[in-house]
Amino acid sequence: MGELINIFIKSAFIENLALAYFLGMCSYLAVSKSVKTAFGLGLAVIFVLGITMPINWMISTFLLSETGLFGIDLTFLRLILFIAVIASMVQLVEMVIEKYSPSLYNSLGIFLPLITVNCAILGGSLFMVAKEYNFAESVAFGLGGGFGWFLAIIGIAAIREKIRYSAVPPGLRGLGMAFILTGLMGMAFMSLMGIDPAAF
Amino acid sequence: MAEVKVAEKKESAFQFGKKERKLLIDPLNDNNPITVQVLGICSALAVTTLMDKAIVMAIAVIFVLALSNLFTSLLRAYIPKQVRMIVQLVIIATLVTVVELALKAIDYNIYKELSVFIGLIITNCIIMGRLEAFAMGNSPWKSFLDGIGNGLGYGIILIIVAFIRELFGKGTVLGAKVIGPNADYLINTSDSWLFGWYANNNLMVLFPSAMFVIGVLIWIHRGIINKSLVDVS
Repeated sequence: MGELINIFIKSAFIENLALAYFLGMCSYLAVSKSVKTAFGLGLAVIFVLGITMPINWMISTFLLSETGLFGIDLTFLRLILFIAVIASMVQLVEMVIEKYSPSLYNSLGIFLPLITVNCAILGGSLFMVAKEYNFAESVAFGLGGGFGWFLAIIGIAAIREKIRYSAVPPGLRGLGMAFILTGLMGMAFMSLMGIDPAAF
Repeated sequence: MAEVKVAEKKESAFQFGKKERKLLIDPLNDNNPITVQVLGICSALAVTTLMDKAIVMAIAVIFVLALSNLFTSLLRAYIPKQVRMIVQLVIIATLVTVVELALKAIDYNIYKELSVFIGLIITNCIIMGRLEAFAMGNSPWKSFLDGIGNGLGYGIILIIVAFIRELFGKGTVLGAKVIGPNADYLINTSDSWLFGWYANNNLMVLFPSAMFVIGVLIWIHRGIINKSLVDVS
């Protein structure tokens, strides 16, 4: 259990998907204009990462590896299968939420389908394969990564809401300032590198 | 008469006039994928620590973007609206797998260094964005040019950022030591008559610097080069 908490903390703070690996930057920059929408997208990312990560783990272990179902090395199919799983899971999650929790569905809005092309999801799965996690670890990694991404987008959205009232030079207004703020946030998160996750 | 008509059609399918040139030039400045459309940032930041990585990435993206635009445009009449995302993703994923396997065979070291970021071309928003916004509604030849143009616009920013980060972070350009002590052009390596005082700035190799460099590039682009792009909201 300690090992899993360790992975959760590490993936949420130290190896933050958004601020250390630049994953999901497109939606991160495009949807961080207000805290409310950022909150919805962040929740959806936690949700989808937590679901697709174990499924992709099962696919890469039981179908694609040499010791899997077919007994041959099928890793070249990894990208296509992973993205197919992500696209169909997003579709499925969307339908389930729409049926059982219309209020959550309304708050997530168009962000659910957008998540398919959020690199944090596919990147998380690829990192999970590269780091050779087992099943429970991949769940912890998925949830932790999603939580870290959630924190990052909430943070930048809050700062961007405030900075709208500041006298930013015209050329830097909007997008340019968002980049520089993200860089500063990245530096702040770098200071978390000193944390020893084993202490938890 | 019919033959003449066919010949005319063929000519118009592959013509290269003002409109086509605009498709190629526009993404370099007015409609740059990174600094204006804000697409494809993830990979732009992660692979720009070294120039050779950035160049390989730019070539890979141009290849995937041009061909996926072309294929999507060819198939656009047969793709049902509801499943178009999955069809597009399959086209992109196939091309990216081709690039991944080819790169593995050609230069294994670069392949190792780029690691998951080659795979992440699939979710590079430039590609999905261009497929949705352009290839689903335009002819194959135009879509192909649009793909090359946007790929070039992306590649140029990538290479500029990588140049700055490599020069100030490691003192090298494409692996050749240019500034700092022990530069390659110095015969006596202890000599440091030009820029020898320069000590590498390690922040440039780390991730926040990519954000600062792109932020400043956007500032230069909007503040000096193309003032019409200033965000007024």
